[in-house]
Amino acid sequence: MTSFPLKIVTPDGLQFEGQAEELIVRTIAGDIGVLAGHTDCVSPLGMGMATVVIDGEKKYAACIGGMLSVLKGDVTLIPTTFEWADEINAERAADSERRAKEIIENRSSSDTELKLAEARLKRSLIRQSVAQYRNVR
Amino acid sequence: MSSATAKGIKTRINSLKKTEQITKAMEMVAASKLNHAQAKVLNSRPYFEILFSTISNIAASESDLSSPYLKKRDVKKSVYVVIAGDRGLAGGYNHNILKMCLSEIEAKNAVVLPIGSKAVEYFKLRDADILTENYTLAEGVGVGDCFSIAKTLCKGFKSGEYDEICVGYTNFVSVLSQTPAVLPLLPLKGYEKGKTTQSDILYEPSSTEAFDAIIPEYLGGVLYGCLCESRAAEQAARRTAMDSATQNAEEMIDDLSLKYNQIRQTAITNEIIEIVAGSQ
Repeated sequence: MTSFPLKIVTPDGLQFEGQAEELIVRTIAGDIGVLAGHTDCVSPLGMGMATVVIDGEKKYAACIGGMLSVLKGDVTLIPTTFEWADEINAERAADSERRAKEIIENRSSSDTELKLAEARLKRSLIRQSVAQYRNVR
Repeated sequence: MSSATAKGIKTRINSLKKTEQITKAMEMVAASKLNHAQAKVLNSRPYFEILFSTISNIAASESDLSSPYLKKRDVKKSVYVVIAGDRGLAGGYNHNILKMCLSEIEAKNAVVLPIGSKAVEYFKLRDADILTENYTLAEGVGVGDCFSIAKTLCKGFKSGEYDEICVGYTNFVSVLSQTPAVLPLLPLKGYEKGKTTQSDILYEPSSTEAFDAIIPEYLGGVLYGCLCESRAAEQAARRTAMDSATQNAEEMIDDLSLKYNQIRQTAITNEIIEIVAGSQ
């Protein structure tokens, strides 16, 4: 299968640089799949699972926030957080889910607290669901 | 007389030794903090660079100038995000960046968003318009804060409250060299008339929505990158400053010890002469 150059960078560092055959990411408008020869395209990322096919092997990751850009064949994924399935600490995510739920159920929480907790809950749920793909090929 | 001076010199030597201990300790703390900060800079640099070049590429190939982020407008009000340190004793680090920003701000109608207590103090003293003092501790500002600053600034920019957004930070070139810089963030520059490249970029879901979501992310990412650079630069500057302070203290101690010994020796010689003269 034809491959294309893919770069994935987060504020914590370069996560991937090399050739990939397919990329599927969740944007704010839904999932977008990128194959080699994709037209120039820019889209903000939503929260969800990203799938990358490298050398015929599928890899899964939790990919949250940021943007996707395809310019002249170069694909650049710039998420705020990006964690490969086998790097996700599922226990920590479950912990964070529990704490977020506590804040949401607590009636005395302020609006900003609620918003933060909701975002945290979403993130932890995504991480947990992606973590299940750890050994899926 | 001579013993009084000798005593004076002795106290000076002792106080210098204490100063030397302090500067040495500060140097070591700065060196260990520098290691952390340096690792962070190296990690965030690719993000920073790729983000910056991607956005510049998009801006350069986008000929539709209707987006408020791309349109150049008359600058009536600017915002300067100024990143400095929390503490002094870092050589020229704080002074350089603050002076550079002040000279730019004075020429314009600008509000300042200072990060770091040195920046807050500096601009307060000079009666500059301060947007918020929430970020007094540069040490405590994280990625999340950068993104929330970016969101507020973008909102202000879009509504026309500000016409220009710049960030003043210190570039960590190497352990020995740090350069202050002011980086214009918004409006995005890139597209110039004459380069008539047709824009074929597909925006999902639409260009307005895409820009609305991407620009705050971009701004936050760049701010975070600048913050990492500045932090590393601060520690590097402090390390160098403390290193030379320690060396100076050592030199002074050597000098004074020599003087002290000379005085002591003359006193002894004098006493011997007196004893010999008395016995004769």
